[in-house]
Amino acid sequence: MLEVRDIKKSFGDLEVLKGVDLKVDAGEVIAILGPSGSGKTTLLRCINFLETADAGTLHFDGETFDLAHVSKKDAARLRKKTGFVFQNYNLFRNKTALQNVMEGLVIARKVPKGEAEERARAALEKVGLADRCDYYPSQLSGGQQQRVAIARAMATEPELIYFDEPTSALDPELTGEVLSVMRELAAEGMTMVVVTHEMGFAREVSNRVIFMENGVVVEEGNSKEFFQHPKEERTRAFLRLFDEEE
Amino acid sequence: MIRFMNEELIRLLIDSFGRILLPGLTVTIPLTVIAFSFAMIIAVITAMIQFAHVKVLTQLARFYIWVVRGTPLLVQLFVVFYGLPNLGIVIDPFPAAVIVFSINEGAYCAEIMRAALESVPSGQMEAGYCVGMSYLQTMRRIVLPQAMRTAFPSLSNSLIAMVKDTSLAANITVVEMFMATRQIVAWSYQPLALYIEVGLIYLMFCTVLTKLQSIGEKKLSVYEKVGGK
Repeated sequence: MLEVRDIKKSFGDLEVLKGVDLKVDAGEVIAILGPSGSGKTTLLRCINFLETADAGTLHFDGETFDLAHVSKKDAARLRKKTGFVFQNYNLFRNKTALQNVMEGLVIARKVPKGEAEERARAALEKVGLADRCDYYPSQLSGGQQQRVAIARAMATEPELIYFDEPTSALDPELTGEVLSVMRELAAEGMTMVVVTHEMGFAREVSNRVIFMENGVVVEEGNSKEFFQHPKEERTRAFLRLFDEEE
Repeated sequence: MIRFMNEELIRLLIDSFGRILLPGLTVTIPLTVIAFSFAMIIAVITAMIQFAHVKVLTQLARFYIWVVRGTPLLVQLFVVFYGLPNLGIVIDPFPAAVIVFSINEGAYCAEIMRAALESVPSGQMEAGYCVGMSYLQTMRRIVLPQAMRTAFPSLSNSLIAMVKDTSLAANITVVEMFMATRQIVAWSYQPLALYIEVGLIYLMFCTVLTKLQSIGEKKLSVYEKVGGK
C-alpha cells in the first residue's frame, strides 16, 4: 500500500535520515523503535509532508511521488487518505472535542454537517468520550485529549494512521487508556505506523518492528522474531535496556 | 456677579453638550468605526503576508510599517489633505481622514496581528494539514481565531487610542467633536469648561469601549477555561 525508498533528510549539517526504506501493507501494524535522535519522528513527518525530505520516493496507492518535490496539491490529496496522531495531541484549541473531529470531515472533505456530526459522535464514543463532546481541549486531561486526537484521525476513515510517540507526553496512568484505544483500532484491522517507546505495545500489538538508530534502519522483522531473537548486537543492547527497566 | 457667571456657564455647558455630542455621533464615531475596519483588513492581510513569508510582498509590508510608524500621524494627515492637491489629487476632509487613519492604524495593528499569529503553536497548523485542510482553511478556521483572541486586548487598546486620535482630524477641517468645541470656544470665551466638557465626552465613549472590551474578552476566552463544565 505504501512504500518509501531511500528517504534522506538533513537539518543543517545534521543528517537525520540517511536513506531509509519503509514498506507498509494494508492491515499491518508497524512499530518503529529507536533511541531519541534516531530519526523516527522525522521519518513520519517527512512521509506526511510536514517536513520536506531532501530525497526519496513515495509510492502510495499506485502513485509515485518525489518526496523532495511534492506539490502542495498532491500533499493535501495524500494527507486526506491518512490520519496523524501527534505526541502533544495538537487538538484545535478553539474547537470542542466534537468540532475537532468534525473539522476534517466538513471543511476538508465536504461531508454534510449532519452526517459529519453523526460520524464524529460515533468516533468519540468509540474512544470512550461520548460524554465529552462539548468540552474544549483545555478542559480535558492529556489522555482524553489524545483519545480525541485518535477519534479525529479515524473519523475520516483513512487508509492508514501515523502515530508519533502518542503516549510520550502522558503520565503512566494515562498511557493505558490511549494504548487500549490503539489496541482496539489494530484489532479492527486499521493499518498503523507507530513511532513509540512502548515496548509492551510493540511486542503485543505490532506485526512488524523497525529498529532505527542514527538515521538508518538497524534491524527489521516480524515482532515475535524481533523481540525473541534479535539479530543485531545493537538491537540486543537496546532491548536489554528496557528489560532492566521492566 | 460670580453667581450670574456660573449660571450662564452652566447654561452654556448644557447648551453645548448636544452641539459637541452630535458631531461625536455623526463624525468621530463613524470615522473611528470605518477607519478601524479598514485598518483591520489591512492589518490581517499585512500580517498574513509576513507570517507566510511571501516574497517581495513581505518586503513591501515591512516598508509600509516602517514608513507609517516612523512618521507623525499629523504629518500624514497634512501630506494627504494639503499636500496631494499639488499633484492634482484633491480629497474631501472626511475621506482624507478615513484614508490616513486606516493606513496609520493598519500598520500598528499589523504588528499586533503578526505577533499574535506567531504565538499560535505551529502544531495547530500541522494538525490542520493532517486532517486534510489547506493552508487557507486552517488559517481561517484555526490559526486566525486563536490569534484574534491573543490580539484582542491590544487591538482594543488601539481602538480606544484611535477614538481620541480622531481629534487630530480637526487640523484638516473635519468638524468632529474637538473642532466643534473649538468653534464654541471661539465665541463663548470659556475654554476651560468647554475643553473639559469635550474631554468628558471622549471619556464617556472610551468607557463604553472598555466595557465592550471586557465583554468581548469573556466571549472569546470560552475555550480557555480550565476544568469541567
